[in-house]
Amino acid sequence: MNLSVRIGSLMLKNPLIAASGCFGYGTEYSDVVDIASLGGVAVKGLFLAEREGHPPPRIVETPAGMLNAIGLQGIGVHRFIAEKMPELRARGAVVIVNICGTTLQEYVELATILSDVEGVHALELNISCPNIKEGGITFGCSLHGTGDVVAAVRKVTTLPVIPKLTPNVTDIKSIAKAAEDAGADAISLVNTFLAMAIDVETRRPRLSNIVGGLSGPAIRPIAVRMVYECRQIVRIPIIGMGGISSAADALEFMIAGATAVQVGTANFVDPLIWTKLLGGIQSYMERHNLTTLSDLTGSLDISAREKEWISS
Amino acid sequence: MDVSAEVLSNTHLSSDYNVVALAAPEIAERALPGQFVMVKTGDRLEPLLRRPFSIFEVLRDRDRTIGLSLLSKKIGPSTSLLFDTKAGDRIQCLGPLGRPFAPVAAPDEAWMVAGGVGLAPFATLAETLRARNITTTLYYGARRADELFFLDRFARLGVELQLTTEDGSRPDPGLAGGTIAPVPARGRVTLPLERDLKARSTGAAVMVYACGPEPMLAAVAKIAAAYGRPSQVSVERVMGCGLGGCYSCVIPIKSAEGKPHHVRSCIAGPVFRGDEVVW
Repeated sequence: MNLSVRIGSLMLKNPLIAASGCFGYGTEYSDVVDIASLGGVAVKGLFLAEREGHPPPRIVETPAGMLNAIGLQGIGVHRFIAEKMPELRARGAVVIVNICGTTLQEYVELATILSDVEGVHALELNISCPNIKEGGITFGCSLHGTGDVVAAVRKVTTLPVIPKLTPNVTDIKSIAKAAEDAGADAISLVNTFLAMAIDVETRRPRLSNIVGGLSGPAIRPIAVRMVYECRQIVRIPIIGMGGISSAADALEFMIAGATAVQVGTANFVDPLIWTKLLGGIQSYMERHNLTTLSDLTGSLDISAREKEWISS
Repeated sequence: MDVSAEVLSNTHLSSDYNVVALAAPEIAERALPGQFVMVKTGDRLEPLLRRPFSIFEVLRDRDRTIGLSLLSKKIGPSTSLLFDTKAGDRIQCLGPLGRPFAPVAAPDEAWMVAGGVGLAPFATLAETLRARNITTTLYYGARRADELFFLDRFARLGVELQLTTEDGSRPDPGLAGGTIAPVPARGRVTLPLERDLKARSTGAAVMVYACGPEPMLAAVAKIAAAYGRPSQVSVERVMGCGLGGCYSCVIPIKSAEGKPHHVRSCIAGPVFRGDEVVW
């Protein structure tokens, strides 16, 4: 049974990737999970410098989901390389570093620095965080911005370049196409949906940042649709995500067109979810006589349905 | 360690307080006072996330550890589910997590300050302190006397009780293990604490431990510092994962550069030095 999938030049042993922002720097989970058993670990978004993020409260639960406005708190790229990479290397994790910039130059600088670091397998470009005003999303919301960041990073690295797209746009397909045209090896979608929750008793927003990003099962059908739409437009691999909490959810994204998937919020609910997801995918492959999981990607059947005979 | 723990019992203490006993000996055996578990009751999508609970008791049957219990107060959907759970149900329980209280060594004294459901971590701390022959006092405040629980349990461990109720009501005299329960002072739990800190000569070493609502923790930390006493406070922040993955539960801590630094209360806490937190 072959569970491996290819993202540009990178072969993953299976399609399950821990989503950025939901798995710390990976090292937080290394006592609980064999992080080398995952297809990849997308670490928490990194800027050049350390950041304190937003004041709490930073999360609030909503029906079948949660809002977050962490504000990209982080240790910065230099401390990450010095303090986290040695353990990630030693444990054999496939490290995908999520990078964020307030300027084009910051993305370039981050990519240049990380390209020389042993054990960094790919760069995910965060151009989609809905929670910080400066940079990031200002690139990800326009075709030119997306193209500019991807092209600039593309020039300075041979690592797979994977922009992570925001769903908070009118037409995600055109953004996906702009990313592909600028030289992206793959695209990740979707980041969280900009959302809001209010305490009606106090009339206060439930998040200190007032608005935040919605994740969890609530967003899954929209994310699946966006993966499906982008699959029609681009040829590069899609890493799908949005509310995946079971093997069936992961398979749904793959059938819609994803080559690999990321799991975020569900990891908070069940940090041991990975072996369950993998087991579920394997038993699906057995039931469907699939020997190569990647054959499932984009295999959505939209042929006319045969009318079933329903006996009365 | 994540355990699908059978509910051994669910004891309602009042219309909103309950104690749930869980068959999770693997977690209980490793637990240290002040540590917590992340709990999910049922597999519903709302509420989606787990909730942190201090480990209240380590349950033993003779010499064998059989599980742990949680002291809960019904304040929202998750605690309502926990209030309604039944013996035989299964609850997902991840732990033990977090940095525990650092117990003092004799001849130091321990003064534990609990507000409401903040009593939870002190049952195991009191046992640890008892095993170390530490002179221990529990300052325990509640809204009303019928919300002062487990007085007998602490009295049996030789803990001196200093009670307060916000309405001045008095508990049943028999509640402190057959002895007469002390008459509570009316007001907040910081009143007798401050009175005693003031009365105590500065020479004798006292460690102040606190768990309860955050304004209480802030007041305790300030009062302890004002009288030159160290404190350890167990904070409760909105928590997403309990493992350091989500950066939700941060608390501002003083840093050398002067600007507060957000640290994750799940892995750097939940116990912090009272004087390091920016209240």
